[in-house]
Amino acid sequence: MAIPDNRVVVAARGLTRQYPGVKALDGVDLTLRAGEIHALLGENGAGKSTLINLLTGAQRRDGGTITVDGVEIDPDGPGGAVRAGIAAVYQEITLLPNLSVAQNLYLGREPTRWGLVHRARMNREGGALLRRFGLNIDASRPLSDFSTAVQQLIAIARAVDLSAKVLILDEPTASLDTAEVQTLFTLLRSLRDQGLAIVFVTHFLDQVYALTDRITVLRNGRLVGERLTADLPRLELVAMMLGKAPTAESHLSRRPASARPAGAPLVRAEGLGRRRLVGAFDAELRSGAVLGAAGLLGSGRTETALLLFGVETADEGQLVVDGKPVTLRSPRDAIRLGFGFCPEDRKLDGIVAGLSIRENIVLALQAKRGWWRRLSTAQQHELADRYIKLLDIRTPDAEKPIQLLSGGNQQKALLARWLATAPRLLILDEPTRGIDVGAHAEIVRLLEDLRDRGMALYVISSEIEEVAAYSDQVLVMRDRAPAGLLEGEAITPAAIVNAIAADHHGRGAA
Amino acid sequence: MGRFMNTRTLPLLATVVVFVLIYAVCAVQYPAMLGLRVIGNLLTDNAFLGILAVGMTVVVVAGGIDLSVGAVMGLTTVALARLIEGAGLPPALAFALVLTGGALFGAGIGAAIHVLKAPAFIVTLTAMFLARGCALLISTDSIPIHDAGYDALAGAALALPGGGRLTLVAGIMLLTFLAGGVLLHGTRFGARVFALGGNAHFAQLMGIDTRSTTILVHAFCSLMAALAGIVFSLYTRSGYALTGTGVELDAIAAVVIGGTLLTGGVGGVAGSFIGVLIQGLILTWITFDGTLSSWWTKIAIGALLFAFIAVQRLILVASARYGRSGAGPAAPSPSTRSRPSPSAAAPSAP
Repeated sequence: MAIPDNRVVVAARGLTRQYPGVKALDGVDLTLRAGEIHALLGENGAGKSTLINLLTGAQRRDGGTITVDGVEIDPDGPGGAVRAGIAAVYQEITLLPNLSVAQNLYLGREPTRWGLVHRARMNREGGALLRRFGLNIDASRPLSDFSTAVQQLIAIARAVDLSAKVLILDEPTASLDTAEVQTLFTLLRSLRDQGLAIVFVTHFLDQVYALTDRITVLRNGRLVGERLTADLPRLELVAMMLGKAPTAESHLSRRPASARPAGAPLVRAEGLGRRRLVGAFDAELRSGAVLGAAGLLGSGRTETALLLFGVETADEGQLVVDGKPVTLRSPRDAIRLGFGFCPEDRKLDGIVAGLSIRENIVLALQAKRGWWRRLSTAQQHELADRYIKLLDIRTPDAEKPIQLLSGGNQQKALLARWLATAPRLLILDEPTRGIDVGAHAEIVRLLEDLRDRGMALYVISSEIEEVAAYSDQVLVMRDRAPAGLLEGEAITPAAIVNAIAADHHGRGAA
Repeated sequence: MGRFMNTRTLPLLATVVVFVLIYAVCAVQYPAMLGLRVIGNLLTDNAFLGILAVGMTVVVVAGGIDLSVGAVMGLTTVALARLIEGAGLPPALAFALVLTGGALFGAGIGAAIHVLKAPAFIVTLTAMFLARGCALLISTDSIPIHDAGYDALAGAALALPGGGRLTLVAGIMLLTFLAGGVLLHGTRFGARVFALGGNAHFAQLMGIDTRSTTILVHAFCSLMAALAGIVFSLYTRSGYALTGTGVELDAIAAVVIGGTLLTGGVGGVAGSFIGVLIQGLILTWITFDGTLSSWWTKIAIGALLFAFIAVQRLILVASARYGRSGAGPAAPSPSTRSRPSPSAAAPSAP
């Protein structure tokens, strides 16, 4: 197992990568040692992808150094990194399905005879190589004949055969089932014992503790710390990832739940779930109350919203709205019931960047009315101006393209879009992500305001203190299944972190 | 079934079956068409098209297209005529010049596609206008070539039994197919071409130099277009700027009928050879018939092309539905929904 003085293979120091307006990576160190599996952890936007891209040469660094076995490298493409001994395998299989397995293994370095590719030898050697990785398959068959799990092992075999120093695995287990994960782990352990340095990116904490020797945690582009896995309690790890000391007092004031009247139950999810998406969860959404959802990236928190809004159709459990069972087949069904949904990624799923603020705001209401009952231009202006004033969206006028607004104002415009439809239930996924701290408080105040006016809110957030401050109930998700429901006085940031960090056996982390 | 009947070989098999059927119909109706004389003529008459199809196959397998080959061929014939007749160059030197020029022209196309990240369709369309314009600038008239050596080359042929002749140009075409097959299926370069056509981004992640591959692929295609121009000028013993108008589309038709997927990554020159023969055979049959307009060839090719595209689509759909799903991206697992792919990861700020 890992001893602290294993030979250092890769030493990255002070890595920095700048995007317009934001530092994706800010002076991050990473030390990889031979014969160790190193977990690279962090929430969305922590800088994991950027760090991997710098190591594999997919992007150039703006500052810092990377040395491999003491020699500085500056890869400008996958070729350069591979020559230096660093190869990566991604969750999405980046092999070529139109080629044979052997062609994939030896692309660009095929064995030749008289200047021609020696196919028989390539297939033979490919088969032998794969047998060393526990795969007994005919390497001359097309790659597309094999399952994702097998293709992944083939990708690993190729990467290790290419450069036997450092293997980076970016969320390799995300699309594998339990047995396939075990096969992969067995292989990775044997590669480690052969002296390979392995980087393992995942958001499954159980897998981190089952497999890795050392952990590096990133948050918001900065290094939080590097620890030995055996010495890092789960609770502390989660706290590192979320940036909250588990015992810290919340600076946000929390209104006692008893001060507010309990609203009427509006929507009840009874054992709602979908295979391979999220395990059955219960939730009750009441008018004038906030249900918070907490959990790490990939815990299934977003997926609960997808089921509640009909983006994905549940295949088990029951959704009860106004006391009547309903089935949501599409977001249209949900909108008809008076639901609204502000998704996590504004740029991807939310704003229509090229359209004006006004057009973005009226979009959902227009869709709800049907396209043949067009809102008049005057109505649109009235609506847009009202919400710009109401939500204090900072813009000179409603005709400005929404992409020119700051993140916080974009988020408010999205809120306005759904508020215009007068929803009874509003689902918000990470409403405060990527906006500055001052705007956080404004959004939170807005949510509290909506709640007080009788709207039911379902708010998914990784800002644990905020969730703890405004929620009447908190649904904690872990490994794509519910891990607990906190109510009333039990809702504290520490309790939430504890519930997130608990392992499969229900024990709180020590 | 098994390894000889999969999504890759099925279109080729369909092509072979169609070819055999058409040939059988021809042979029953006009037994003379079975003779080596007709076959020899078939190869000679379609030599330029076959050579174009070899280059086009490589480009299409790499995931591209080249609309400029007809114009490059026309430019080559008129340049050859001007070099031999006007400048008095020996044919061998003129050949070397136009072949070099063709390869460089294609390299330019490939470089433009890579650097500008522009679709091959647009870049080669531009190149088509450029080449045709240059050809017309040299001469708008047909220039006959009177060189004695040229006549000798044009007349060179191997006698076949039954009065048939395997001409030099037909021989060049057959050798081109052989060389194209070895290049595409037997060399490291060929593997790069298939990789590029399969998924350019993945190929790059796997360490393939996509720039040099794109440039070489187009250089090869234009080189073949120049060779086709030489063959055509031997065939007609003249140079004319409007030679080969529209033949790029015949070449693409031959490639598609031959089972090469326009989406890239799957295909080969053997199919294209049969694709060329099918076109020639239909034309020959119409000639034998004597009552039909030769334009029926175009209609028949159009119908065939449509049938082949439909068949390829059906095969793809069927293999996606009944085949193993391993080839596609993993089931859209929830955690990956908003997760950028390695390429998309680059520009997105956290």
